[in-house]
Amino acid sequence: MIFDALIAPFIEFEFMRRALVGCLALSLAAGPVGTFLMLRRMSLFGDAMAHAILPGAALGYLAFGLSLTAMTIGGLATGLLVVLLAGLVTRATTLREDASIAGFYLISLAIGVSIVSLKGSNVDLLRVLFGSILALDDPAMMLLVAMSTGTLLVLALIFRPLVLECVDPAFLRSVSRAGGPAHLIFLALVVTTLVSGFNALGTLLSVGMMMLPAIAARFWAVELTGIIFTATLIGLVSSLCGLILSFHTGLPSGPAIILVAGALYLLSLSFGPQGGLVLKLLPQRHLEA
Amino acid sequence: MTTALLTLTDLTLGYDRHPAVHHVSARMEPGSFTAIIGPNGAGKSTLLKGMAGAMAPLSGTLGRAPGTRIAYLPQNAALDRSFPISLFDLVAAGLWHRTGAFGGLSHKDRDAVHEAFERVGLQGFERRTLDALSGGQLQRALFARLILQDADLILLDEPLAAIDTKTSADLLAMIETWHAQGRTIIAVLHDMQIVRDHFPQSLLMARECVAHGATADVLTENNLGRARQMIEAFDEEAHICAQESAS
Repeated sequence: MIFDALIAPFIEFEFMRRALVGCLALSLAAGPVGTFLMLRRMSLFGDAMAHAILPGAALGYLAFGLSLTAMTIGGLATGLLVVLLAGLVTRATTLREDASIAGFYLISLAIGVSIVSLKGSNVDLLRVLFGSILALDDPAMMLLVAMSTGTLLVLALIFRPLVLECVDPAFLRSVSRAGGPAHLIFLALVVTTLVSGFNALGTLLSVGMMMLPAIAARFWAVELTGIIFTATLIGLVSSLCGLILSFHTGLPSGPAIILVAGALYLLSLSFGPQGGLVLKLLPQRHLEA
Repeated sequence: MTTALLTLTDLTLGYDRHPAVHHVSARMEPGSFTAIIGPNGAGKSTLLKGMAGAMAPLSGTLGRAPGTRIAYLPQNAALDRSFPISLFDLVAAGLWHRTGAFGGLSHKDRDAVHEAFERVGLQGFERRTLDALSGGQLQRALFARLILQDADLILLDEPLAAIDTKTSADLLAMIETWHAQGRTIIAVLHDMQIVRDHFPQSLLMARECVAHGATADVLTENNLGRARQMIEAFDEEAHICAQESAS
Protein backbone atom coordinates (compact mmCIF):
# COMPACT_ATOMS: atom_id res chain seq x y z
CA MET A 1 0.00 0.00 0.00
CA ILE A 2 2.59 2.53 1.11
CA PHE A 3 4.94 0.96 -1.41
CA ASP A 4 2.37 1.46 -4.17
CA ALA A 5 1.77 5.06 -3.23
CA LEU A 6 5.29 6.26 -2.51
CA ILE A 7 7.82 4.07 -4.24
CA ALA A 8 6.15 2.31 -7.16
CA PRO A 9 5.80 5.45 -9.32
CA PHE A 10 9.56 5.89 -9.32
CA ILE A 11 10.24 2.23 -10.08
CA GLU A 12 7.69 1.95 -12.86
CA PHE A 13 8.24 5.19 -14.73
CA GLU A 14 11.54 6.44 -16.00
CA PHE A 15 10.30 10.03 -16.32
CA MET A 16 9.48 10.03 -12.60
CA ARG A 17 12.97 8.85 -11.74
CA ARG A 18 14.51 11.54 -13.91
CA ALA A 19 12.24 14.17 -12.39
CA LEU A 20 13.20 13.03 -8.89
CA VAL A 21 16.94 13.19 -9.58
CA GLY A 22 16.50 16.60 -11.21
CA CYS A 23 14.41 18.05 -8.39
CA LEU A 24 16.70 16.69 -5.66
CA ALA A 25 19.75 18.20 -7.38
CA LEU A 26 17.89 21.47 -7.71
CA SER A 27 16.95 21.48 -4.00
CA LEU A 28 20.60 21.06 -3.01
CA ALA A 29 21.56 24.28 -4.80
CA ALA A 30 18.35 26.25 -4.26
CA GLY A 31 18.34 25.96 -0.43
CA PRO A 32 21.68 27.70 0.20
CA VAL A 33 21.19 30.29 -2.56
CA GLY A 34 17.68 31.12 -1.29
CA THR A 35 18.99 31.46 2.27
CA PHE A 36 21.41 34.19 1.23
CA LEU A 37 18.71 35.95 -0.82
CA MET A 38 16.41 35.98 2.20
CA LEU A 39 19.12 37.19 4.59
CA ARG A 40 20.15 39.97 2.19
CA ARG A 41 16.50 41.12 2.08
CA MET A 42 16.37 40.19 -1.61
CA SER A 43 13.55 37.67 -1.38
CA LEU A 44 11.76 39.21 -4.36
CA PHE A 45 14.91 39.38 -6.48
CA GLY A 46 14.41 35.79 -7.67
CA ASP A 47 10.96 36.67 -8.94
CA ALA A 48 12.33 39.59 -10.94
CA MET A 49 15.05 37.42 -12.43
CA ALA A 50 12.54 34.71 -13.32
CA HIS A 51 10.92 37.27 -15.61
CA ALA A 52 14.25 38.52 -16.89
CA ILE A 53 15.30 35.16 -18.35
CA LEU A 54 12.23 34.92 -20.59
CA PRO A 55 13.64 36.43 -23.84
CA GLY A 56 16.59 34.04 -23.95
CA ALA A 57 14.41 31.04 -23.25
CA ALA A 58 11.93 32.18 -25.91
CA LEU A 59 14.69 32.71 -28.49
CA GLY A 60 16.06 29.24 -27.73
CA TYR A 61 12.58 27.85 -28.23
CA LEU A 62 12.12 29.69 -31.54
CA ALA A 63 15.47 28.57 -32.90
CA PHE A 64 15.53 24.94 -31.79
CA GLY A 65 11.93 24.06 -30.93
CA LEU A 66 11.18 22.50 -27.55
CA SER A 67 14.82 21.81 -26.75
CA LEU A 68 15.32 22.30 -23.02
CA THR A 69 19.04 22.61 -23.53
CA ALA A 70 18.64 25.49 -25.97
CA MET A 71 16.08 27.22 -23.75
CA THR A 72 18.31 26.77 -20.71
CA ILE A 73 21.34 28.25 -22.38
CA GLY A 74 19.27 31.12 -23.80
CA GLY A 75 17.74 31.85 -20.39
CA LEU A 76 21.13 31.73 -18.73
CA ALA A 77 22.57 34.21 -21.22
CA THR A 78 19.82 36.82 -20.78
CA GLY A 79 19.71 36.35 -16.99
CA LEU A 80 23.45 36.90 -16.63
CA LEU A 81 23.30 39.89 -18.98
CA VAL A 82 20.58 41.56 -16.88
CA VAL A 83 22.48 40.90 -13.62
CA LEU A 84 25.70 42.25 -15.07
CA LEU A 85 24.10 45.39 -16.53
CA ALA A 86 22.23 46.07 -13.29
CA GLY A 87 25.42 45.53 -11.28
CA LEU A 88 27.38 47.96 -13.45
CA VAL A 89 24.64 50.61 -13.29
CA THR A 90 24.48 50.28 -9.48
CA ARG A 91 28.23 50.87 -9.21
CA ALA A 92 28.38 53.70 -11.76
CA THR A 93 25.30 55.74 -10.75
CA THR A 94 23.33 56.70 -7.64
CA LEU A 95 20.60 54.14 -8.40
CA ARG A 96 20.14 51.49 -5.73
CA GLU A 97 20.47 47.87 -6.76
CA ASP A 98 16.73 47.09 -6.57
CA ALA A 99 15.89 50.02 -8.84
CA SER A 100 18.53 49.19 -11.45
CA ILE A 101 17.44 45.55 -11.52
CA ALA A 102 13.78 46.54 -11.86
CA GLY A 103 14.68 48.71 -14.85
CA PHE A 104 16.44 45.96 -16.76
CA TYR A 105 14.19 43.03 -15.87
CA LEU A 106 11.09 44.89 -17.06
CA ILE A 107 12.71 45.67 -20.43
CA SER A 108 13.78 42.05 -20.65
CA LEU A 109 10.29 40.76 -19.81
CA ALA A 110 8.66 42.98 -22.44
CA ILE A 111 11.12 41.76 -25.06
CA GLY A 112 10.47 38.16 -24.03
CA VAL A 113 6.68 38.41 -24.25
CA SER A 114 7.01 40.16 -27.62
CA ILE A 115 9.19 37.36 -28.99
CA VAL A 116 6.81 34.68 -27.78
CA SER A 117 3.71 36.43 -29.14
CA LEU A 118 5.34 37.17 -32.52
CA LYS A 119 5.96 33.57 -33.37
CA GLY A 120 4.43 31.26 -30.80
CA SER A 121 1.11 30.72 -29.13
CA ASN A 122 0.04 31.10 -25.52
CA VAL A 123 0.53 27.39 -24.93
CA ASP A 124 4.25 27.78 -25.57
CA LEU A 125 4.48 30.70 -23.19
CA LEU A 126 2.76 28.65 -20.52
CA ARG A 127 5.27 25.86 -21.01
CA VAL A 128 8.18 28.25 -20.55
CA LEU A 129 6.61 29.85 -17.49
CA PHE A 130 5.38 26.70 -15.76
CA GLY A 131 7.62 23.92 -17.08
CA SER A 132 6.85 20.33 -17.80
CA ILE A 133 8.45 17.45 -16.02
CA LEU A 134 7.55 15.10 -18.86
CA ALA A 135 9.84 17.06 -21.15
CA LEU A 136 12.90 16.48 -18.98
CA ASP A 137 15.06 14.32 -21.26
CA ASP A 138 18.49 12.92 -20.43
CA PRO A 139 20.63 15.81 -21.76
CA ALA A 140 18.40 18.35 -20.00
CA MET A 141 18.67 16.42 -16.75
CA MET A 142 22.45 16.18 -17.04
CA LEU A 143 22.60 19.93 -17.66
CA LEU A 144 20.40 20.59 -14.64
CA VAL A 145 22.51 18.39 -12.34
CA ALA A 146 25.74 19.88 -13.66
CA MET A 147 24.47 23.43 -13.07
CA SER A 148 23.30 22.65 -9.54
CA THR A 149 26.64 21.03 -8.71
CA GLY A 150 28.53 23.98 -10.16
CA THR A 151 26.35 26.42 -8.20
CA LEU A 152 27.08 24.63 -4.92
CA LEU A 153 30.82 24.49 -5.57
CA VAL A 154 31.07 28.16 -6.52
CA LEU A 155 28.96 29.18 -3.51
CA ALA A 156 31.36 27.23 -1.28
CA LEU A 157 34.29 29.07 -2.87
CA ILE A 158 32.89 32.57 -2.34
CA PHE A 159 31.28 31.75 1.03
CA ARG A 160 33.57 33.76 3.32
CA PRO A 161 33.68 36.98 1.27
CA LEU A 162 29.94 36.72 0.64
CA VAL A 163 29.10 36.38 4.35
CA LEU A 164 31.37 39.31 5.24
CA GLU A 165 29.91 41.39 2.39
CA CYS A 166 26.48 40.78 3.97
CA VAL A 167 27.49 41.47 7.59
CA ASP A 168 30.17 44.14 7.43
CA PRO A 169 30.88 45.35 3.88
CA ALA A 170 33.03 48.28 5.08
CA PHE A 171 35.34 45.92 6.95
CA LEU A 172 35.62 43.60 3.96
CA ARG A 173 36.53 46.58 1.75
CA SER A 174 39.31 47.48 4.18
CA VAL A 175 40.96 44.04 3.95
CA SER A 176 40.12 42.82 0.45
CA ARG A 177 38.62 43.66 -2.91
CA ALA A 178 36.66 40.41 -2.98
CA GLY A 179 33.33 41.90 -1.84
CA GLY A 180 32.06 43.32 -5.12
CA PRO A 181 32.97 40.28 -7.23
CA ALA A 182 31.54 37.93 -4.57
CA HIS A 183 28.21 39.76 -4.71
CA LEU A 184 28.09 39.71 -8.54
CA ILE A 185 29.02 36.02 -8.65
CA PHE A 186 26.29 35.32 -6.12
CA LEU A 187 23.70 37.09 -8.33
CA ALA A 188 24.91 34.93 -11.23
CA LEU A 189 24.37 31.85 -9.06
CA VAL A 190 20.77 32.94 -8.49
CA VAL A 191 20.34 32.97 -12.27
CA THR A 192 21.90 29.52 -12.76
CA THR A 193 19.69 28.09 -10.01
CA LEU A 194 16.57 29.64 -11.53
CA VAL A 195 17.42 28.45 -15.00
CA SER A 196 18.21 24.91 -13.88
CA GLY A 197 14.84 24.86 -12.16
CA PHE A 198 12.75 25.94 -15.08
CA ASN A 199 12.88 22.61 -16.92
CA ALA A 200 11.01 20.91 -14.16
CA LEU A 201 9.15 23.74 -12.49
CA GLY A 202 9.00 26.58 -14.98
CA THR A 203 10.65 29.97 -14.47
CA LEU A 204 8.03 31.30 -12.09
CA LEU A 205 7.86 28.34 -9.75
CA SER A 206 11.59 27.67 -9.51
CA VAL A 207 11.66 30.89 -7.46
CA GLY A 208 9.47 29.06 -4.95
CA MET A 209 12.03 26.30 -4.68
CA MET A 210 14.63 28.88 -3.66
CA MET A 211 12.59 31.06 -1.32
CA LEU A 212 10.00 28.90 0.46
CA PRO A 213 12.45 26.41 2.04
CA ALA A 214 14.77 29.23 3.10
CA ILE A 215 11.99 31.30 4.66
CA ALA A 216 10.59 28.23 6.44
CA ALA A 217 14.06 27.34 7.76
CA ARG A 218 14.32 30.71 9.57
CA PHE A 219 11.77 29.35 12.07
CA TRP A 220 13.93 26.33 12.96
CA ALA A 221 17.55 27.45 13.17
CA VAL A 222 19.44 30.42 14.61
CA GLU A 223 22.80 30.36 12.84
CA LEU A 224 23.57 30.56 9.15
CA THR A 225 24.83 26.97 8.82
CA GLY A 226 21.74 25.58 10.53
CA ILE A 227 19.41 27.66 8.34
CA ILE A 228 21.15 26.48 5.17
CA PHE A 229 20.92 22.79 6.15
CA THR A 230 17.29 23.08 7.23
CA ALA A 231 16.37 24.88 4.00
CA THR A 232 18.05 22.20 1.91
CA LEU A 233 16.25 19.44 3.85
CA ILE A 234 12.87 21.16 3.42
CA GLY A 235 13.61 21.48 -0.31
CA LEU A 236 14.44 17.78 -0.64
CA VAL A 237 11.28 16.71 1.24
CA SER A 238 9.13 19.08 -0.87
CA SER A 239 10.57 17.66 -4.11
CA LEU A 240 9.86 14.07 -3.13
CA CYS A 241 6.38 14.66 -1.71
CA GLY A 242 5.46 17.08 -4.49
CA LEU A 243 6.31 14.60 -7.23
CA ILE A 244 4.28 11.86 -5.52
CA LEU A 245 1.36 14.28 -5.08
CA SER A 246 1.57 15.26 -8.72
CA PHE A 247 1.66 11.60 -9.84
CA HIS A 248 -1.46 10.62 -7.91
CA THR A 249 -3.58 13.72 -8.41
CA GLY A 250 -2.59 14.67 -11.94
CA LEU A 251 -1.51 18.16 -10.78
CA PRO A 252 1.40 19.61 -12.80
CA SER A 253 4.66 18.79 -11.00
CA GLY A 254 5.80 22.40 -10.53
CA PRO A 255 2.77 23.65 -8.60
CA ALA A 256 2.57 20.36 -6.66
CA ILE A 257 6.15 20.69 -5.39
CA ILE A 258 5.71 24.35 -4.52
CA LEU A 259 2.40 23.63 -2.76
CA VAL A 260 4.15 21.09 -0.54
CA ALA A 261 6.95 23.60 0.16
CA GLY A 262 4.27 26.21 0.92
CA ALA A 263 2.55 23.85 3.35
CA LEU A 264 5.89 23.22 5.10
CA TYR A 265 6.38 27.00 5.33
CA LEU A 266 2.96 27.47 6.96
CA LEU A 267 3.75 24.62 9.38
CA SER A 268 7.09 26.21 10.27
CA LEU A 269 5.49 29.64 10.64
CA SER A 270 2.98 28.15 13.08
CA PHE A 271 5.05 25.67 15.06
CA GLY A 272 8.71 26.58 14.47
CA PRO A 273 10.73 26.97 17.70
CA GLN A 274 12.45 30.20 16.54
CA GLY A 275 9.69 32.79 16.71
CA GLY A 276 6.85 30.56 15.44
CA LEU A 277 3.35 31.93 16.06
CA VAL A 278 2.13 29.25 18.48
CA LEU A 279 5.09 29.71 20.81
CA LYS A 280 4.59 33.48 20.66
CA LEU A 281 0.92 33.19 21.59
CA LEU A 282 1.50 30.78 24.48
CA PRO A 283 1.81 32.63 27.78
CA GLN A 284 5.46 32.37 28.77
CA ARG A 285 7.10 33.79 31.87
CA HIS A 286 10.26 35.75 31.40
CA LEU A 287 13.63 34.37 32.42
CA GLU A 288 15.87 35.42 35.27
CA ALA A 289 18.72 36.59 33.05
CA MET B 1 64.38 61.87 10.14
CA THR B 2 62.52 58.61 9.69
CA THR B 3 60.29 57.99 6.69
CA ALA B 4 56.69 58.85 7.39
CA LEU B 5 54.09 56.09 7.53
CA LEU B 6 51.52 58.32 5.85
CA THR B 7 52.29 61.37 3.76
CA LEU B 8 49.40 63.64 2.79
CA THR B 9 50.34 66.13 0.10
CA ASP B 10 47.82 68.86 -0.71
CA LEU B 11 45.11 66.22 -0.27
CA THR B 12 41.50 67.07 -1.17
CA LEU B 13 38.76 64.55 -0.46
CA GLY B 14 35.05 64.99 -0.98
CA TYR B 15 31.73 63.87 -2.29
CA ASP B 16 30.40 64.73 -5.73
CA ARG B 17 33.23 67.27 -6.34
CA HIS B 18 32.41 69.22 -3.13
CA PRO B 19 35.49 69.02 -0.91
CA ALA B 20 35.05 67.87 2.70
CA VAL B 21 38.80 67.85 3.26
CA HIS B 22 40.50 70.73 1.49
CA HIS B 23 44.23 70.87 0.55
CA VAL B 24 45.58 69.12 3.63
CA SER B 25 49.26 68.30 3.92
CA ALA B 26 50.61 66.30 6.85
CA ARG B 27 53.08 63.58 7.80
CA MET B 28 52.21 60.78 10.18
CA GLU B 29 55.36 59.30 11.74
CA PRO B 30 55.59 55.59 12.57
CA GLY B 31 54.57 54.96 16.19
CA SER B 32 52.79 58.31 16.51
CA PHE B 33 49.59 58.57 18.52
CA THR B 34 47.32 61.24 17.07
CA ALA B 35 43.82 62.52 17.73
CA ILE B 36 41.91 64.17 14.88
CA ILE B 37 39.61 66.81 16.34
CA GLY B 38 37.39 69.57 15.07
CA PRO B 39 33.78 70.79 14.91
CA ASN B 40 30.99 68.77 13.29
CA GLY B 41 31.31 68.78 9.50
CA ALA B 42 35.04 69.53 9.69
CA GLY B 43 35.91 66.52 7.52
CA LYS B 44 37.44 64.40 10.30
CA SER B 45 35.72 61.16 9.30
CA THR B 46 36.34 61.84 5.62
CA LEU B 47 40.05 62.37 6.30
CA LEU B 48 40.22 59.07 8.20
CA LYS B 49 38.34 57.27 5.45
CA GLY B 50 40.79 58.66 2.92
CA MET B 51 43.75 57.51 5.05
CA ALA B 52 42.17 54.04 5.11
CA GLY B 53 42.17 54.03 1.32
CA ALA B 54 38.39 53.75 1.18
CA MET B 55 38.09 56.95 -0.86
CA ALA B 56 39.93 58.21 -3.93
CA PRO B 57 41.36 61.75 -3.59
CA LEU B 58 39.73 64.51 -5.66
CA SER B 59 43.21 66.00 -5.94
CA GLY B 60 46.57 65.77 -4.19
CA THR B 61 48.19 62.53 -3.10
CA LEU B 62 48.25 60.21 -0.15
CA GLY B 63 51.42 58.17 0.18
CA ARG B 64 51.74 55.09 2.34
CA ALA B 65 55.01 53.45 3.42
CA PRO B 66 55.16 50.19 1.44
CA GLY B 67 53.96 47.10 3.31
CA THR B 68 51.93 49.04 5.87
CA ARG B 69 49.04 46.95 7.16
CA ILE B 70 46.03 49.14 7.98
CA ALA B 71 43.06 48.42 10.23
CA TYR B 72 40.11 50.81 10.00
CA LEU B 73 37.13 50.96 12.34
CA PRO B 74 34.45 53.27 10.90
CA GLN B 75 32.05 55.23 13.10
CA ASN B 76 28.97 53.20 14.14
CA ALA B 77 30.24 50.37 11.97
CA ALA B 78 27.51 49.68 9.41
CA LEU B 79 26.97 46.10 10.51
CA ASP B 80 23.89 44.12 9.53
CA ARG B 81 23.23 42.84 13.04
CA SER B 82 20.30 40.71 11.92
CA PHE B 83 22.59 38.49 9.83
CA PRO B 84 22.79 35.20 11.74
CA ILE B 85 26.50 34.56 12.26
CA SER B 86 28.21 34.03 15.59
CA LEU B 87 30.38 36.63 17.29
CA PHE B 88 33.26 34.16 16.91
CA ASP B 89 32.98 34.27 13.12
CA LEU B 90 32.80 38.08 13.11
CA VAL B 91 35.91 38.44 15.28
CA ALA B 92 37.80 35.68 13.45
CA ALA B 93 37.43 37.72 10.24
CA GLY B 94 40.25 39.85 11.73
CA LEU B 95 42.57 37.00 10.67
CA TRP B 96 41.77 37.65 6.98
CA HIS B 97 45.43 38.58 6.38
CA ARG B 98 46.34 34.99 7.38
CA THR B 99 43.40 33.04 5.94
CA GLY B 100 42.46 35.10 2.88
CA ALA B 101 39.14 34.28 1.26
CA PHE B 102 39.59 30.51 1.26
CA GLY B 103 42.04 29.39 3.98
CA GLY B 104 40.82 27.61 7.10
CA LEU B 105 41.55 28.47 10.74
CA SER B 106 44.34 26.44 12.33
CA HIS B 107 44.28 25.45 16.01
CA LYS B 108 46.70 28.28 16.68
CA ASP B 109 44.36 30.73 14.94
CA ARG B 110 41.40 29.53 17.01
CA ASP B 111 43.43 29.99 20.20
CA ALA B 112 44.30 33.50 19.05
CA VAL B 113 40.61 34.30 18.54
CA HIS B 114 39.72 33.00 22.02
CA GLU B 115 42.59 35.01 23.51
CA ALA B 116 41.26 38.14 21.78
CA PHE B 117 37.83 37.50 23.33
CA GLU B 118 39.48 37.30 26.76
CA ARG B 119 41.47 40.48 26.25
CA VAL B 120 38.33 42.50 25.56
CA GLY B 121 36.44 40.79 28.40
CA LEU B 122 33.95 38.92 26.21
CA GLN B 123 34.93 35.32 27.03
CA GLY B 124 31.84 33.11 26.87
CA PHE B 125 30.20 35.29 24.19
CA GLU B 126 31.67 33.35 21.25
CA ARG B 127 28.44 31.63 20.20
CA ARG B 128 26.16 34.67 20.60
CA THR B 129 24.61 36.11 17.47
CA LEU B 130 25.11 39.80 16.72
CA ASP B 131 21.53 40.84 17.51
CA ALA B 132 21.97 39.63 21.10
CA LEU B 133 24.63 42.21 22.02
CA SER B 134 24.59 45.66 23.57
CA GLY B 135 26.35 48.53 21.82
CA GLY B 136 29.30 48.34 24.24
CA GLN B 137 29.67 44.58 23.79
CA LEU B 138 29.67 44.97 20.02
CA GLN B 139 32.37 47.67 20.24
CA ARG B 140 34.46 45.33 22.45
CA ALA B 141 34.04 42.60 19.83
CA LEU B 142 35.18 44.96 17.07
CA PHE B 143 38.24 45.78 19.19
CA ALA B 144 38.91 42.03 19.48
CA ARG B 145 38.85 41.91 15.69
CA LEU B 146 41.31 44.85 15.58
CA ILE B 147 43.65 42.89 17.89
CA LEU B 148 43.64 39.98 15.44
CA GLN B 149 44.23 42.28 12.47
CA ASP B 150 47.68 42.96 13.94
CA ALA B 151 47.97 46.20 11.94
CA ASP B 152 50.83 48.72 11.80
CA LEU B 153 48.40 51.62 11.40
CA ILE B 154 45.11 51.62 13.31
CA LEU B 155 42.45 54.15 12.27
CA LEU B 156 39.56 54.63 14.72
CA ASP B 157 36.54 56.82 14.01
CA GLU B 158 34.81 57.90 17.25
CA PRO B 159 35.69 54.61 18.96
CA LEU B 160 34.28 55.80 22.30
CA ALA B 161 30.98 57.32 21.12
CA ALA B 162 27.87 56.13 23.00
CA ILE B 163 29.95 53.84 25.25
CA ASP B 164 29.70 53.72 29.06
CA THR B 165 32.58 54.89 31.29
CA LYS B 166 33.87 51.44 32.21
CA THR B 167 33.96 50.20 28.61
CA SER B 168 35.43 53.51 27.52
CA ALA B 169 38.28 53.15 30.01
CA ASP B 170 38.93 49.54 28.97
CA LEU B 171 39.03 50.45 25.28
CA LEU B 172 41.31 53.44 25.91
CA ALA B 173 43.68 51.18 27.86
CA MET B 174 43.72 48.83 24.89
CA ILE B 175 44.51 51.67 22.47
CA GLU B 176 47.42 52.69 24.73
CA THR B 177 48.69 49.09 24.72
CA TRP B 178 48.74 49.17 20.93
CA HIS B 179 50.68 52.43 21.04
CA ALA B 180 53.16 50.88 23.48
CA GLN B 181 53.59 47.97 21.04
CA GLY B 182 54.86 50.51 18.50
CA ARG B 183 51.75 50.69 16.35
CA THR B 184 50.65 53.98 14.84
CA ILE B 185 47.26 55.17 16.09
CA ILE B 186 45.05 57.85 14.52
CA ALA B 187 41.64 58.38 16.13
CA VAL B 188 38.82 60.82 15.52
CA LEU B 189 37.52 62.03 18.89
CA HIS B 190 35.13 64.61 20.31
CA ASP B 191 36.01 64.50 23.98
CA MET B 192 38.74 67.15 24.46
CA GLN B 193 39.54 65.91 27.98
CA ILE B 194 40.35 62.43 26.68
CA VAL B 195 42.50 63.96 23.95
CA ARG B 196 44.44 66.11 26.45
CA ASP B 197 44.92 63.18 28.86
CA HIS B 198 45.84 60.43 26.43
CA PHE B 199 46.90 61.67 23.00
CA PRO B 200 50.39 63.21 22.63
CA GLN B 201 49.67 64.57 19.11
CA SER B 202 46.61 66.25 17.63
CA LEU B 203 45.44 67.40 14.24
CA LEU B 204 42.76 70.10 14.32
CA MET B 205 40.53 70.06 11.25
CA ALA B 206 38.09 72.62 9.88
CA ARG B 207 37.93 71.29 6.32
CA GLU B 208 41.51 72.52 6.15
CA CYS B 209 44.21 71.58 8.63
CA VAL B 210 44.13 74.33 11.31
CA ALA B 211 46.99 72.97 13.39
CA HIS B 212 48.98 69.77 13.73
CA GLY B 213 51.52 68.95 16.42
CA ALA B 214 51.84 68.39 20.16
CA THR B 215 48.37 68.36 21.70
CA ALA B 216 49.08 71.24 24.10
CA ASP B 217 50.13 73.47 21.20
CA VAL B 218 47.16 72.53 19.03
CA LEU B 219 44.35 72.78 21.58
CA THR B 220 44.62 76.49 22.26
CA GLU B 221 41.60 78.81 22.55
CA ASN B 222 42.86 80.72 19.53
CA ASN B 223 43.07 77.61 17.31
CA LEU B 224 39.68 76.24 18.43
CA GLY B 225 38.02 79.60 17.75
CA ARG B 226 39.56 79.79 14.28
CA ALA B 227 38.35 76.25 13.55
CA ARG B 228 34.77 77.19 14.46
CA GLN B 229 34.85 80.22 12.16
CA MET B 230 36.28 78.30 9.25
CA ILE B 231 33.41 75.82 9.02
CA GLU B 232 31.26 77.02 6.16
CA ALA B 233 28.09 75.50 4.82
CA PHE B 234 28.13 73.09 1.87
CA ASP B 235 27.58 75.48 -1.06
CA GLU B 236 25.46 74.16 -3.95
CA GLU B 237 26.69 76.99 -6.18
CA ALA B 238 30.34 76.64 -5.20
CA HIS B 239 32.84 77.81 -7.80
CA ILE B 240 35.70 75.69 -9.04
CA CYS B 241 38.45 75.98 -6.47
CA ALA B 242 41.14 78.51 -7.53
CA GLN B 243 43.89 76.52 -5.80
CA GLU B 244 42.89 73.64 -8.10
CA SER B 245 44.23 75.23 -11.29
CA ALA B 246 47.40 76.35 -9.51
CA SER B 247 48.29 72.84 -8.41
